[in-house]
Amino acid sequence: MGEIGHWSPGAKAGFAALITVIVVAAVFPFYYAIASSFRTGSDLFEPSLALAFDPANYRSVFAEQPFGRNILNSVIVATAVVGLSLGLGLTAAYALARVAFRGRGLMLMCILAVSMFPQLAVLSGMFELIRWLGLYNQLPGLILANMMLTLPFTVWVLTTFMREMPRELEDAAYVDGATPLQVIVHVFLPLMMPAMAATGLLAFIVAWNEFLFALTFTLSNEQRTVPVAIALITGASQFELPWGNVMAASVIVTVPLVLLVLVFQRRIVAGLAAGAVKG
Amino acid sequence: MTPRGLGHERRRSAVLFLLPMTAILILVAGWPLARTIWFSLTDARLSDLGDYAFVGLENFWNPDWGGLIADDGWWQAVGNTLWFAAVSVSLETLLGLVVALALSVRFPMRGLVRAAVLIPWAIPTIVSAKMWGWMLHDQYGVVNWMLLGAGVIDTSLAWTADADLALWSVVMIDVWKTTPFMALLILAALQMLPGDIYEAARLDGVPPLTVFWHVTLPLIWPALVVAVIFRALDALRMFDLVYALTGNAEDTAMMSVFARQQLVDFQDVGYGSAASTVLFLIIACLIGVILTLGRVRLTDEAR
Amino acid sequence: MRRIAFAALLAAPMGLVAAIQSAGESAAQSASVEVSISCGAVGIELELCKAASERWAEKTGHSVTVISTPNSSTERLALYQQILAAGASDIDVFQVDVVWPGILGTHFIDLAPHADGAEAAHFEAIITNNTIDGALKAMPLYTDAGVLYYRADLLEKHAQPVPTTWEELGAVARRVMANERAAGADRMWGYVFQGRAYEGLTCNALEWIDAHGGGTIVDGAGEITIANDAAVAALETVAGFMADIVPPGALNYAEEESRGVFQSGNAVFMRNWPYAWALAQSEDSPVRGKVGVAALPKGGADGQNTGTLGGWNLAVSRYSEHPEIAADLVMHLVGAEEQKIRAIEGSYNPAIRALYQDPEILEAVPFFGDLFATFENAVARPSGVTGENYNRVSAAFWESVHDVLSGDASAADAMAALEDDLARIRRRGW
Repeated sequence: MGEIGHWSPGAKAGFAALITVIVVAAVFPFYYAIASSFRTGSDLFEPSLALAFDPANYRSVFAEQPFGRNILNSVIVATAVVGLSLGLGLTAAYALARVAFRGRGLMLMCILAVSMFPQLAVLSGMFELIRWLGLYNQLPGLILANMMLTLPFTVWVLTTFMREMPRELEDAAYVDGATPLQVIVHVFLPLMMPAMAATGLLAFIVAWNEFLFALTFTLSNEQRTVPVAIALITGASQFELPWGNVMAASVIVTVPLVLLVLVFQRRIVAGLAAGAVKG
Repeated sequence: MTPRGLGHERRRSAVLFLLPMTAILILVAGWPLARTIWFSLTDARLSDLGDYAFVGLENFWNPDWGGLIADDGWWQAVGNTLWFAAVSVSLETLLGLVVALALSVRFPMRGLVRAAVLIPWAIPTIVSAKMWGWMLHDQYGVVNWMLLGAGVIDTSLAWTADADLALWSVVMIDVWKTTPFMALLILAALQMLPGDIYEAARLDGVPPLTVFWHVTLPLIWPALVVAVIFRALDALRMFDLVYALTGNAEDTAMMSVFARQQLVDFQDVGYGSAASTVLFLIIACLIGVILTLGRVRLTDEAR
Repeated sequence: MRRIAFAALLAAPMGLVAAIQSAGESAAQSASVEVSISCGAVGIELELCKAASERWAEKTGHSVTVISTPNSSTERLALYQQILAAGASDIDVFQVDVVWPGILGTHFIDLAPHADGAEAAHFEAIITNNTIDGALKAMPLYTDAGVLYYRADLLEKHAQPVPTTWEELGAVARRVMANERAAGADRMWGYVFQGRAYEGLTCNALEWIDAHGGGTIVDGAGEITIANDAAVAALETVAGFMADIVPPGALNYAEEESRGVFQSGNAVFMRNWPYAWALAQSEDSPVRGKVGVAALPKGGADGQNTGTLGGWNLAVSRYSEHPEIAADLVMHLVGAEEQKIRAIEGSYNPAIRALYQDPEILEAVPFFGDLFATFENAVARPSGVTGENYNRVSAAFWESVHDVLSGDASAADAMAALEDDLARIRRRGW
C-alpha cells in the first residue's frame, strides 16, 4: 500500500528482492522454454541457462505437421467462440440485469451451476450430440462445445456489470422511443466496452487453451487445434525425444497470448476482476 | 409509451434475448449432463451405447462387486482431489495476497512487472504441463540440475514419478500457473479501497501489519471469498495438467482422471458416468457450503 | 456430406463453415477413392507407414490419408473406441494392438476372404489371437516381444558376461555402473525399463513373472493365478533394483523415455521392443555400434527366457464406405515385401516366418535370427480370456506392480490384494 518514497532503504531493498523473486518465478519457465526451443540434438540434453539461436525446431514444427493450419483452426475457433459468447452474453445480461421477472435468481444460479460442470461429466453426452449434429471432426462442433465453457461466465460477468449502469440512461432512451435492442446497442454497448474486452479476452484464452474437447471431437491433423497438435507431436527425427519441437510449438502458441495480456493488462485488472469481485 | 406498456415490451424482449442463450446452454450442458446422470443408472458400455439395461443404483453400491462406494481407487482419487484443492488453493490465496499487495505499491516499471506476472496464467495448461514436465525431467531437467549445482540435493529427484513428490509437483505447477489470476482478483479489490484510511493510519503511526489485519483484510474479504470459490471449483475439476504430466497413475489421479479412465479406457460408460455424477454432486455440495459459510450473496433479487 | 444440411439448420452460424470445408473435401474424392488409415506412433513408424501407403496408392490409383493418432496406446484405444462406438466412417483401416481384437472385434470385418490363405505364412499364435468366433478380425503388421539391450562395449571393458538370469543382471549392472561412475560417468544407470503406470508396465512385469514360472496373471481357463510365490519372488527381485541400478524416474518412463536414457549412453541395460535397435544404430546415435541384444533373462536357474507378445495388426472398420479397397490396402501393407522393408529400415519384427531366414533382413538386424524362438513363443497377455475387461485387469495389475516398485507395498501383500481386486472384476464377468 502506498508510496515507496516514504520507505527506509532496508525496506526498499527487501521490497526490490521480493519483486525480483516474483518476476523470476513467473518468467523463468517461459524463458527456459524459449531457450530450449532454440537448441537441438544432444545439446538439448545438457541443461544450460544460456540462450542459443538454432531455428531448426521451428522449421520442423511447421514441416512435420500442418501447424499453420492448426494455428488457423485455433484462431477460427477462439474468435467464433468469443463473438458468439459476447453477442449472446450481452443480450442475455441485459435481460437478467435490467428486467425484473420471476425466476431471475434461479436462472442466474443455473448459469453459475453450468460454469462449474466438470468437462468430464458432459463428455459422453456431448460426443453423442456432436455426432448427431454431424459436426464430428469439424470446427463448428468444437465451437459449439466450447460455448459450454465460455457462455456461463460471460453472461455472469456482463450481468454484474450491467447492474451497475445508471437507470436514467436507459429510461431516457426509452422515452425517445428506442427498442430494447437499440438500447443495448446504442446505450449500453459503448459503456460496456471495457467489460466486453476483458470478458472477451478471458473467453479467448479459455477457447484457445481448451484441450479435452478438442482431443475428443477432432480426428484429422487438419482439423486439430494447437493444444492437441502439441500434445501429439511425435518427434523431429526418430533419434531424439521431441522436446525441442514441443518447446518451439509451445512458444509459438503462447506468444500471441502473452502479447494480448501485455496489451490488455491494465484493462483486465480494472475490468474483469472488478466484475468478478462485485459478483 | 406508458410505463406499463414499456415494462411489458421489455419483458417480451427479455424472453427473446434469453432464448438463444438458454437454448445453447440446454443443448451443450443440460442435455449432456442429463445423459451422464441417466447412464450412471445403467450398465452401458462404450462398445455399443445403444444397448444397455437400467440397473438402478448398482454402479454406486451393490452387494456383488461393491460399486463406487467400495472402490479403493475411487476413494484415493477423492482424497487426492480434496488434498490437492485444499493445499493448492490455500497456497494460491496466500501467495496471491503477497503478490497483490506488492503490486499495489507504486514503484518504477510497475506496469511491466504486472504484465510479467500474468505470463504463467496466459500459457495454455497443456503447454505448462509439457514445459514443466521437461524442466522436472529426472535426467535432463533444469530443476534437478540447478538444485544439484546449488548443493540443495545430492541426487536427482524423480519429480513426476516418485509417489511422495508427484502430487507436490502438480501442486507446484498449479500454484505457479494460477497465483497470477488470484493476485489479479485481489489486486482489483485492493484498488477499490479508499486511500484516505491508509493516509490517516500512516500519519497516526499505526504499524502496517495492524492496518493490514484490521482494515485491509476485512475490506477485501468478500472479494477473497469469491476468488477462493472460483479457484476451488477449478481445482476440484482438475484434469488436463495431471493427465498430461503423470497419466493415469493412482498416486496423482484426480476424480476427473478416474472417471475418464472408467469411461474411456475401460469402456464402462455406466460406472464412469456414476463417478462423473458423484463428482458433480460433490462440487455442488461444496459450493453450497462455501456460499453459506462465506455469506456471499450471489443474486440480488431486490434490485 | 448428408449431415451438413441438417447441421446448418440447427447451428446456422456454424453450418456455413462446415459446408465450405466439406465441399473442398468432396471435390478431391471424385477422381479416385480415398482411404484413411490410422497407423504409426513413434516417428519412424509413421514415416514407414506413409511410404508404404504411398506405394499402394501409386499401384492402385487410389489415395491414402494417414491419420496420426496419440502416442500412448491407451489413448489411441480410447480414440478408436469413441470413433467405432459412434459407427463413424472417418477411419477405414485401424492399426490395432495385439490385445485389442477381443475388445474391438465386433466393429471389424472378416479379413479371411481377402487374405485368401495368405495368413498361413504368419505366426500361428497371432493369427489365433486375431481370430474371434471364427472370423479373422486383423492381419499382423509386425510382431513384437520384449528383448534385452546391453552395452556390449561396457560389458567387454569391465569383463562382464551377458546376464542369463535376472539376479545376474542385477549384479552385472551394479558392478558396471559402479565402475563407470567411479570413472566419472556420474549419470550412468544399470537398467532402464517401462515403469510408468500403463500397459507397458504390464508387459514388463509379465516378463519378470513368467521368467520365474509365475504364470500369466489369469490362466487360459480364466482362473486368477497371480498370488503365487514365484510371482512374488520375481517382483521382489526387480523391486530390489529400484533406486539402486534403476533411475527413480523410471517409474514414469514409457518406451521413449527409457530409450532416451539408454541411447544417450546413460544405461548399461534396457528392456525394450525391437524397434529401438534401428534407432540405437542410427547415424547420430551416441551408442551406435556399441549395443547388443539378447533374450530377456531367466528367473533363476530353473526359469525360462521369455518376452511379452506385442505387435500391431491392421483391421478394417465395418463402417468403412469402401471395405473392399481398404482390405486391399491392408493386404498390401502386411505382405512379405512391405514387412521386409519395415524390418530393414525400422527393425520391426516380421510376422511372416520365412522372413527370419532372409539374408538382407538378418544383415540389418542380426538378432532376429538368434531370437527367433523368443519371437515365435512370446508370452501373451491374458486379453483373450478376460475379453472386454482386459483393460481393467491390466490396470489393476500395473497399479499393484507400480506400488511394489515404488516401495508402497510388499510384493506379497500387493499380489494378495490384487487377487481380491481381480476376483471383484471377475464377478462382473469375463
